[in-house]
Amino acid sequence: MILQVQNITKRFSGVAALENVNLAFAKGKVTAVLGENGAGKSTLMKILSGVYPDYEGQIIYKNQSVHFANTKDAQNVGIAIIHQELNLIPYLSIQENIFLGRELTNSWGVLDKKAMLAKTSELLNTLKLSLNPETLVADLKIGQQQIIEIAKALLLDSEVIIMDEPTSAISDSEVEVLFSIINDLLNAGKSIIYISHKLDELRKIAHNYVILRDGKSIDSGELKDMTHDELIAKMVGREIKMMQRNVPDFSENNLLKVENLSLKSTQKNKDSILKDINFHLKKGEILGICGLMGAGRTELFETLFGLHPQNIEGKISINGSDCKFKKPSDAINAGLAFVTEDRKHEGLVLGMSVRENLSITTLKDLQKGFFVDEKAEVNLTADYIKTLNIKTSSQEQFVKNLSGGNQQKIVIAKWLATKPQILLLDEPTRGVDIGAKNEIYKTIVQLADEGLGIIVVSSELPEIMLLADRILVMAEGKITAEMRKEEATEDKILKAAII
Amino acid sequence: MKNIAKFQSLIALFILCVLISFLSDKFLTVNNGWNVLRQISVNIVISVGMTLVVLTAGIDLSVGSILAISGAVTAGLLKNGIAIPSLNLFIGFSLLGAILAGLIVGSLSGFFSGFTITRFKIPPFVATLAMLTIARGLTMLYTEGFPISELGENFAFFGTGWLLGIPVPVWISGLVILVAVLMTQKTRLGRYIYAIGGNENAARLSGININQVKIFVYSVAGMLAAVGGILVTSRLDSAQPNAGISYELDAIAAVVIGGTSLSGGRGTIMGTVLGAVIIGVLNNGLVLLDVSPFWQQVVKGLVILVAVIIDKQNSKQD
Repeated sequence: MILQVQNITKRFSGVAALENVNLAFAKGKVTAVLGENGAGKSTLMKILSGVYPDYEGQIIYKNQSVHFANTKDAQNVGIAIIHQELNLIPYLSIQENIFLGRELTNSWGVLDKKAMLAKTSELLNTLKLSLNPETLVADLKIGQQQIIEIAKALLLDSEVIIMDEPTSAISDSEVEVLFSIINDLLNAGKSIIYISHKLDELRKIAHNYVILRDGKSIDSGELKDMTHDELIAKMVGREIKMMQRNVPDFSENNLLKVENLSLKSTQKNKDSILKDINFHLKKGEILGICGLMGAGRTELFETLFGLHPQNIEGKISINGSDCKFKKPSDAINAGLAFVTEDRKHEGLVLGMSVRENLSITTLKDLQKGFFVDEKAEVNLTADYIKTLNIKTSSQEQFVKNLSGGNQQKIVIAKWLATKPQILLLDEPTRGVDIGAKNEIYKTIVQLADEGLGIIVVSSELPEIMLLADRILVMAEGKITAEMRKEEATEDKILKAAII
Repeated sequence: MKNIAKFQSLIALFILCVLISFLSDKFLTVNNGWNVLRQISVNIVISVGMTLVVLTAGIDLSVGSILAISGAVTAGLLKNGIAIPSLNLFIGFSLLGAILAGLIVGSLSGFFSGFTITRFKIPPFVATLAMLTIARGLTMLYTEGFPISELGENFAFFGTGWLLGIPVPVWISGLVILVAVLMTQKTRLGRYIYAIGGNENAARLSGININQVKIFVYSVAGMLAAVGGILVTSRLDSAQPNAGISYELDAIAAVVIGGTSLSGGRGTIMGTVLGAVIIGVLNNGLVLLDVSPFWQQVVKGLVILVAVIIDKQNSKQD
């Protein structure tokens, strides 16, 4: 055992986030930390990595009791953490980010840029990321930024690397790269603590597991001894059944039709972002879109939603009538709703209350004379809190204090409030725990049953295969395959995605 | 619990008042009370506009200059009208006409800042810094560097008159406060202002017309600066070409002491009003106590620091 946690209790203003947690992590193995959001995984990881210095109980590292006053302490003994929320500085280059706080200098005390660039190139090579080390982080996709975070930990040469949801934003091919890196690290005698909600993925990489629930350690052991359902049951404390949807017969006219849609890059001499996209969506249909990072999925949504009015060619029509959206409100008026990928930066105003976030899209309809009709607003919020089972202490709670799953439900709720005909969902369950995930799936299916046309973009193939009636695969800005649910296999999708 | 921060400034104000009244027997008199309120009404009016801008995560450095140009235009039109000798044309202005023209000049200056900020994506700091010198320069051109004085008793009413036992500037600032509080707390526009400051991306994607709202707040800030300009001009019975210099700093100070976050999305009009009152009482008290004006500036700076430090501590606990 390289790292042990004994009787750890951590309280936040009196409320225990962790209670008498006892866990052990084996050397040279990948140990998966499982649990719903709010189970205490992140809190535990923050204690292990020195972010939280105040706690009860003790940490045993290499058979010695240790206490970290800050992250630097933890890094110095060899424990590094890759946070789920990326900690990169956008307007510094890849190299500058990787070496931040650990810059190499020559004997004059001047930055040794050449050496740092060389080392960065080397790290990027190991991570199979072909990028110029001097690229600004701001110009990278989220998936690529995640890999830069991993490069940072690699540079530290840590003995224990904690990865908090490392694959939540990266594509399947990037996951493969990550796994091969993890295997290399294991061969070099490193130990990995791996937090993820994706059980399929864990099976491929993790040896052991530990389960947290409501701040307590519930179970641990070898992953191969456990079935999916057993693990989930232990995590949520109850059985979860996935609902099956009977694919309806779509005979009606097209709700949405996209013809020869192209989106030119704003940068000169750059390839188009979307090329000649053609597809349709029926009422009540769930259309899944798969593809690797950078395939143009999010850009397709943005284009449909009127965020790139200048550079598009082609035709978008809703219910047979042409649409030329100049701004999001045009798209909203035409019945579109867009649940964005990044809820913290694009979905929510974190410092506002649940009520204020939920009503923001529909304040126009909640008008009473000059003023906002507060009663109607409260009623609207209460309705959606109930229908989507949003867990919040009150309507006035700031959304920043809610868990990821509940935040995501609020984003969905604010869009449902606009009574859309077409719902665009970009990674609807990213960073959401299994319990909330299932509730979101149920909501999506139910909405489709009620007649909404839904397009789901997801990097998780199982999610797409579970939800979608029909699947489009995108690669390099083009649609490379289309298949019905019955004919879809992970193999087929991947082949179309990698061109 | 949420209101503790508000109470803190109130308590601070109370302690300040008690302290000064012990040190000076002139402080707690009706006369002095009206005097303080009359003095701060200009800053309150400007600060309210500044609050709206700061709530959207912007800043308006040009309000002092806009105050000057609006005051000068109002005074100039009132006194001289518009004369174009080559066309043998003369347009005279009534009192209300001149005031309206001043308000329009202020609003247009704000509109121009808002337009450059939204259309060309210029940071508000830079765009309004430019407006600061543009409006000051135009004031100098218009006044040729000389004050425009002797504007008549009717005009003096706005800055020095009384209505129902209360000074007119206090009525005006009260009205501005009332409308602004209702607007920020009760209307859709108010909600949009907070949302844009809290998360501009999320607001845009929610279908809010960000540019419209921003142009609106800068226009309102300009218009309220013009109101301030008219009050100042009326009180002095003279439009000074260098009126309002560094007033933007007093306004920002009131906003900040009032607990509004310069990064936007958090703060209230009443907080700003309280901030302006604290600054006003402090100024008045220090004058009554015969403290050197140099020390007054030092004290004001320290108060700003302390207020923001307390505010930071409060928001940490949140």
